[in-house]
Amino acid sequence: MTFLIQQTLIYAVPLMIVALAGVFAERSGIINLALEGIMIFGAFAGVLFVNLTQKAGTFAEAKAAGDWVTLQGFMILAMVVAAVLGALFSLLLSFASVNLKADQTIGGTALNLLAPALVLFFIRIIANQNTLQMAEGDSASWFMIKKSFFGYGRNDEMGFFGSTFIDKTYLATYICIILFVVLSILLYKTRFGLRLRSCGENPQAADSLGINVYKMRYAGTTISGALAGMGGFVYALTTANCASTGDVAGFGFLALAVMIFGNWKPLNIAGSALIFGLFKCIAASYSSIDINGDGIFLLKELGISPHFYRMLPYLITLIVLAFTSKKSRAPKAEGIPYDKGQR
Amino acid sequence: MKQGRSNLLEKDSTKSVLASLISILIGMVVGGVIIVIVGLGNPNLGIKGALDGIRLVFFGLFSTGRVDNALTFGFNSTNMGDMLFRATPLILTGLSVAVAFKTGLFNIGAPGQYLMGTAATLMLALGIPSEVVPTPVIWVIAFLGGMLAGALWGCIPGLVKAFLNINEVLACIMTNWIAANLVTWMFEGSNFRNLVENTKSGYIYKTTYNGVQTAKLGLDKIFPGSQVNAGIIVAIVMAVLVYILMNKTTLGYQLKACGANRHAARYAGIADKRNIVLSMAIAGSLSGAAASLYYLSGNTEFFWSTYQSLPAIGFNGIPVALLAASNPIAVVFTGCFMSMLDIVGMQLTNLTAYNEYITDVIIAVIVYLSAFSLVIKMLLNGRKKHKIQAVPEAKAAAAAPPPDNGGTAEGKGGDGV
Repeated sequence: MTFLIQQTLIYAVPLMIVALAGVFAERSGIINLALEGIMIFGAFAGVLFVNLTQKAGTFAEAKAAGDWVTLQGFMILAMVVAAVLGALFSLLLSFASVNLKADQTIGGTALNLLAPALVLFFIRIIANQNTLQMAEGDSASWFMIKKSFFGYGRNDEMGFFGSTFIDKTYLATYICIILFVVLSILLYKTRFGLRLRSCGENPQAADSLGINVYKMRYAGTTISGALAGMGGFVYALTTANCASTGDVAGFGFLALAVMIFGNWKPLNIAGSALIFGLFKCIAASYSSIDINGDGIFLLKELGISPHFYRMLPYLITLIVLAFTSKKSRAPKAEGIPYDKGQR
Repeated sequence: MKQGRSNLLEKDSTKSVLASLISILIGMVVGGVIIVIVGLGNPNLGIKGALDGIRLVFFGLFSTGRVDNALTFGFNSTNMGDMLFRATPLILTGLSVAVAFKTGLFNIGAPGQYLMGTAATLMLALGIPSEVVPTPVIWVIAFLGGMLAGALWGCIPGLVKAFLNINEVLACIMTNWIAANLVTWMFEGSNFRNLVENTKSGYIYKTTYNGVQTAKLGLDKIFPGSQVNAGIIVAIVMAVLVYILMNKTTLGYQLKACGANRHAARYAGIADKRNIVLSMAIAGSLSGAAASLYYLSGNTEFFWSTYQSLPAIGFNGIPVALLAASNPIAVVFTGCFMSMLDIVGMQLTNLTAYNEYITDVIIAVIVYLSAFSLVIKMLLNGRKKHKIQAVPEAKAAAAAPPPDNGGTAEGKGGDGV
């Protein structure tokens, strides 16, 4: 059970935060198809930062002394770098779709093409191979929270709560969850959030009330880029051992699916991300899941092909969407360049 | 005479071509700039390396290697032929995306359709015993089977879009990954896996194992040393057929009407749902055909354990179609251009310290620019107006792009993504 919850969270949290990134862009009226590309770019930025800082030896002392608080700070710093670079990268999209009124789908596709190309080009030049890894050690030894930090010995039990949510987890996961809550409140309970959402529904009306639609759309897309970039790094950190390969296994697109699935509402998105994460987790480790702890690996003994489990998240999304899509409601003005003269 | 020429310049299609060419030029210049920056920053490369890189980006197709530490250029039949060979699937996936675009759909599902086409083609080409059935017949069956599999796979997003209002981008992404797992599942444990050669166990047999191979039709004589075959001719014929379908038939008109404004089309008595499904089926069959032609060539091998990645050829259909502004004939040229960049990338990897990904950067920049080709076109228009002062009012109105903003706005409004 512990294992199941931890693994589900690892898959669900990047999806959740990147889906929220999609919400911020779409609520402001910009279709952000580039989530995948921004994730790739953010992952690269974060990993490169970690790699270069390690080479410079800035945190070598802290690591040697086992000062885990400083190392967590290092990780947060890398997350911030990924977020900033993700936001900068997303400016390409906002510039094309806000200032030049370009087709947002095409602009997003271009960024999705650009990110892996640029990233792989530089990785090849920097590392002379197709993956950029940490300069030394692995993400578990540097960034993972372990029970020994809290004075527990190797054989001590932490209890269900401790061993599930503290031992062998990443702080990044919880930072993402907190950010998710804070930003959802920002979107729904503040003046800024209301203004942002109004630009995605009826920008002309918003403009007539003195809201700068262009500014709001820039804000939405930039927040979106920052979240997606950070989500990309968190994905690389928690599932790919802090390595950047110019690929996030389609997570950006899955996040889009989660967003539509969650009907552009944070709470529903959190729920659907968890469902999706659960199925992803089952697909990745179905043979070692022991649901009720009696030593019987039920899913393995059913004898169904692993490919079936891998297909499940996608199949279930399609099926659930088939039942819910009639009710789904996208922001009304998304995808339409704002034109002041239009009625 | 002069009047005729200025008319040609006034035409909207000319401006589209011009806008695309400008995008291409800017894209290549950006690639060159990146090469220079990296070259100057990297002591291994230096200015000479950067210059070599730039020369290869622009003229890589004519590169003939390196003699005495200097690049040589000339007619290279291997590069030319390989360009045509690699263009074949790109043209077809490009057509696939273009057809869907014309109907207002974004076919990001080309990779999945391509994979299903691959699986069907390989199974038919290797499964039908060549002792009983003559190999040309097997070739035709495998080709048609690949198209059919692609069409069926393309139908799924079309059906859920038309009847359940599920966003086609989302449905396409889901079907892509389902296809990737399904294909792996189908080949896992099958006896199509190459068990003869030890190092090739991750691959399916080449179709030549069963004697099935695309005819060369003498193209290998024109381009000796390359992989080119008659597939490129099939691709060009299909491009012409798609052009005729879209521009000269009722079905094509209906498809385009649905793309311009689905609700207006329904009001005019066009079965919009049927057309959406049909459009995706045609798009899928073209992607399937791309896979068929690529793997029937006889010297390509399919890595069957593909559940973790989607074929890049499917995604590359998107830039091909965008750069061609969804014109089927133009797709032939942009497909060749993209495969030329592919060759350039190989030359860069082989001959310099740069790598092939710079060409992907160039493609991405070009696509990015093509997103606002409308702006470039407007700039072109603005310059023309300065030159020719007296343009009749009516003509200007006719040359202006149709006001499709309002129409697509309506169609896209509740769409999502």
